[in-house]
Amino acid sequence: MRRLVRQRLFWPIAALLTLIVVNTIARPSFISVTVRDGQLYGPLLDILRNSAPLMLVALGMTIVIATRGIDLSVGAIMAVSGAVALTIIAGSPSPDDLGTVLVAILAGIAVALVLGLWNGFLVAVVGIQPIIATLVLMLAGRGVALLITGGFITTINSEPYRFLAQGYVFGLPLALYVSLVAIAIVAVVERRTALGVLTESVGINPEASRLAGVRSRGIVWGAYAASGLLAGLAGILYSSNISAADANAAGLYIELDAILAVVLGGTSLMGGKFSIAGTVVGVFTIQTLKSTITFLGVPPAVSPLFLAIIVVIVVLIQSPRLRGGISRLATSSRAPKTPEVVR
Amino acid sequence: MTGLTVAGETRAASAVGSVRRFTSRRVTWIPVLAAVTILLLLLVGAQLYFGNFFTPRVLSSLLLDNAYLLILAVGMTFVILTGGIDLSVGAVMAFTGMLGASLLRDGLPTAVVIPVMLAIGAGMGLAVGVLVHYFDVQPFIASLAAMFAARGLAFMVSLSSIKVEDPAILWLQSTRLQVAPGSWYITPTGILALLVVLVGALVLHFTRFGRTIYAIGGSEQSARLMGLPVVRTKILAYVVSGVCAGLAGVVFTAYTGASYPLNGIGTELDTIAAVVIGGTLLTGGSGFVVGSMIGVFVYGTIKTVISFLGAEQSWTRISIGALLLVFVVVQRIIVARSAAQRR
Amino acid sequence: MTSHGTTTAVTHPVELRGITVEFPGVKALDDVDLTLRAGEVHTLMGENGAGKSTLIKALTGVYPITAGTIGVRGVPREFRSTADAQAAGVSTVYQEVNLCPNLSVGENVVLGHEPRRFGRIDWAALHRDAARHLASLGVHIDTRSLLGSHSIAVQQLVAIARAMVTDAAVLVLDEPTSSLDRTEVEQLFAVIRDLRDRGVAILFVTHFLDQVYEISDRLTVLRNGRLVGEYPAAELPRGELISLMIGRELDELDALSRSAERTIDRTGEPVLRSRGIGRRGVLDPTDIEVFDGEVVGLAGLLGSGRTELVRLLFGADRPDSGTTTVRGASARIGSPRQAIDRRIAFSSEDRRAEGTISDLTVAENIILGIQAKRGALRKMRKAEQDAIVDEYIRALGVRPADPQALIRNLSGGNQQKVLLARSLATAPQLIILDEPTRGIDVGAKADIQRKVAELAEQGLAVVFISSELEEVVRLAQRIVVMRDRRKIGELTSHDIDVSDLVEVIAQESPETPDHVENVA
Repeated sequence: MRRLVRQRLFWPIAALLTLIVVNTIARPSFISVTVRDGQLYGPLLDILRNSAPLMLVALGMTIVIATRGIDLSVGAIMAVSGAVALTIIAGSPSPDDLGTVLVAILAGIAVALVLGLWNGFLVAVVGIQPIIATLVLMLAGRGVALLITGGFITTINSEPYRFLAQGYVFGLPLALYVSLVAIAIVAVVERRTALGVLTESVGINPEASRLAGVRSRGIVWGAYAASGLLAGLAGILYSSNISAADANAAGLYIELDAILAVVLGGTSLMGGKFSIAGTVVGVFTIQTLKSTITFLGVPPAVSPLFLAIIVVIVVLIQSPRLRGGISRLATSSRAPKTPEVVR
Repeated sequence: MTGLTVAGETRAASAVGSVRRFTSRRVTWIPVLAAVTILLLLLVGAQLYFGNFFTPRVLSSLLLDNAYLLILAVGMTFVILTGGIDLSVGAVMAFTGMLGASLLRDGLPTAVVIPVMLAIGAGMGLAVGVLVHYFDVQPFIASLAAMFAARGLAFMVSLSSIKVEDPAILWLQSTRLQVAPGSWYITPTGILALLVVLVGALVLHFTRFGRTIYAIGGSEQSARLMGLPVVRTKILAYVVSGVCAGLAGVVFTAYTGASYPLNGIGTELDTIAAVVIGGTLLTGGSGFVVGSMIGVFVYGTIKTVISFLGAEQSWTRISIGALLLVFVVVQRIIVARSAAQRR
Repeated sequence: MTSHGTTTAVTHPVELRGITVEFPGVKALDDVDLTLRAGEVHTLMGENGAGKSTLIKALTGVYPITAGTIGVRGVPREFRSTADAQAAGVSTVYQEVNLCPNLSVGENVVLGHEPRRFGRIDWAALHRDAARHLASLGVHIDTRSLLGSHSIAVQQLVAIARAMVTDAAVLVLDEPTSSLDRTEVEQLFAVIRDLRDRGVAILFVTHFLDQVYEISDRLTVLRNGRLVGEYPAAELPRGELISLMIGRELDELDALSRSAERTIDRTGEPVLRSRGIGRRGVLDPTDIEVFDGEVVGLAGLLGSGRTELVRLLFGADRPDSGTTTVRGASARIGSPRQAIDRRIAFSSEDRRAEGTISDLTVAENIILGIQAKRGALRKMRKAEQDAIVDEYIRALGVRPADPQALIRNLSGGNQQKVLLARSLATAPQLIILDEPTRGIDVGAKADIQRKVAELAEQGLAVVFISSELEEVVRLAQRIVVMRDRRKIGELTSHDIDVSDLVEVIAQESPETPDHVENVA
């Protein structure tokens, strides 16, 4: 039992399960699944489907945080990619054509990738603090998205595009498949190749990694590029869900949701060891939390308050843990911080 | 006893000596001068392009439309000088505005409501400061959480806007005081904003609190070893920012005649941009509130120019973002260059 | 001390008795005494790991004391913080000059005790006061100028002025001369002598031998956390001082074969040859070369430039000058990656900051070098990883022999072995080891030295830095001697022993003992 508790994923999963149990007690219909036209529906299914954009963004955020960085621009990137895709479809004579839709999606994601590379360039090559580098895009990105849509909320009527977020395949939402594929790809790339371990190495001790021959610059750059790419895909999903490009609302505040999901999953904001599985659990937890808040009748606009409270609690728990580690070293009330290198 | 005289002093009489004295004493003014130059270039350029930019009406409204931003920028300057950052100011401004409007609607007198608004701002600043200092939470996370909390709280007060009919508040904005012949005018909100700038500048220059703020930004460890009250000062800086956010809530409510829970979205980024453009270094320790004031005027000028052009307002954000980026990159180059030069 | 039959207890400004400082797993100071007398410059000597810095931190309230007493003017005191120490009259100026470069000189001197008028700072008075304090040290600079616009030397004098604002009875100067040139050192010493003559007790920490004799009245020597002794400077000749600091190690290590006696074939191309390699302000242009199977030892005291040299060779720092060839072919080594691509491996002296990846396992730390070399995409197969990790754990005797243990839980010696394994696993042709045996137990020391000798016998070229001269003498076929950031000698001899080496390091002018061939 002890070994189970010490497993890194124990607390995140426990928290999620508790949340689900509490919800079920409050409204037994929470775990009910209805079948209609061979497709599954129900609150749990809603959570699985609606969490897709956050899942994508959080996956990218996990890798960026692992390099000791942060990406505040993911929401803005979502807005831009949605704007690009919808503008292409809206301007095309055949919005229902699968080819047009594919081009639009690829264009949106490509632009997002470029934005991610831009962030990576500022951080890895120019050496700007990640907060500021991504803050610039956070500021300007939505403006760019608004320009692309001409200041309006571009709406379209395209069945293939709508299918992305709302369609079903083999009875399950397509969005869920997108989530799962993304999780699988990221997990494979990070763990099957050496990228994961090298990224952790850079995050834990950048200088030692450099001296050991790790190409830190490439790894950091790649992390931001991945974050941009995933945010772009998230933006496509979001705009597909409402069949519109709303530059102001797309991905609003998703940065904090993503950071919170990563932190809930056990990855430290200080960088280093990260957990994809933890982030996945974190995302589901947040989505369930939001569903709970809605169910309680709290207006969605107020939900940021609850998320803020959760963030503070989680960060406080992580902080004493840092302190607990240091205080373990001290026999008296004061603890010297660097005992090893004695000069 | 050996006399040690640094070479420059013996040639103090010569022009070279006085230039050297200027650079060794006032080198931190250079970014501010750069900001002033940019402002002048913008104004002159706008006048040449439009022909009717340099009117008393346009220039007066520069101050009045941006009075709230001016107040926020002063508070933000305090925080950034210590090397921190406060992402919550826009949301706190909205929250205090909503709370104030709601209390006024319930009949409380203005003389009570305004101090309450300031106190709420101070309280939120205190919370952020405590998280940052005592719990080692990174400033951007702590203030991001505060931003979410404040936004949620704003919606809790009311989901829709609240009109303000209190004559005292309205007087703040609607009264026009003639300041000079022609239609140069100023409102009480403008006077208030300028007062805040003045008080901020005086505090930073003439009090130990102010000098400690600069010291912390220069080197927190050194400030501590020098025996300066680092903890108290760091937390107070966030309190100052919070109070400014509360005051900005008053001013903005007066300006729009109502309070709207979605006010101030993105304002924190505008504020940071104004402060950075005004010559304050993000790394801390260098900068002036006067510079931040110039930065606010740069922002206001760009906004006015955009509206003169008839272009979409989103160009304002994009230009500010681009300008911010340029400033940050230049700051980074200068820092890297001087680090390489140091023996 | 008695006079006329009455006992006058002499109270010194500071008296440390039986100071012991322990951290989990390591005793940094063991029963050390130190007496600081008014009007005297007392220098604390010792090599890295000797405990100088720990003693200073105990005196100035940074570290808590496990045992022992601190007496200030005869009264026992407990310093819980730097503020306590300052209040008791002990002021410290650190090597990094802990002042704020973005504030004016005047503020740095006086802030915290600044003159006020009606509640606000009186700037005119502030600058007057600051100028006065600086002038009393013979320093006349523009107090309105920013501190950062002055050289480190001047900044240090400002720091001393600040220390004197509070009328400190004791001034502690921790390695103040590391970044100063000759003239600046003289200015600093003039100020120190002046303060001494005014009755201040000065504790001076440095590793520059010449300066020690120039300024000190008394010396205290520490070694391995213990007190070796306290001596008047005039009564301790240089060579004896060095011997006291470095001392003799146990004979356990002599069990190693006299590896140094091997003959090296230096007729072909060296593995690495650097001519004129240097970096302004860090290292004067230096020549060095290493052949296959040769162990080149770099000897010298702390601050002599050994680490700086090897970092330049490895590309960890960028050289300003010099050319390098690897096996005769011209090579541009400006980054660690470029060095690694040329099969050069490096192990830093600071294993915590620049070596161990603390949250990763022993296995992950070992294969990091190989994996980094291969790139992110070509991941090593588990079987291959396990084989290499097991081989090195066995070959170097890593304890516990658990590849999944987190490296931060291992002792210093075992961590060092893991880092050595990381470098060796990449199959280099040249390995650079900076203080590989520092701060580790004797058994691990022996293991590592044995392994190095073995590898060299099999053809690996080694550049090896150690502050322990016996190690260098035992393992190296060639010894490069450095001092004050210059190479001052190169010795190739089969008869050389530690005292010869000590003489070469200690000498005033480059003059080698007769039976040693100096090829500098």
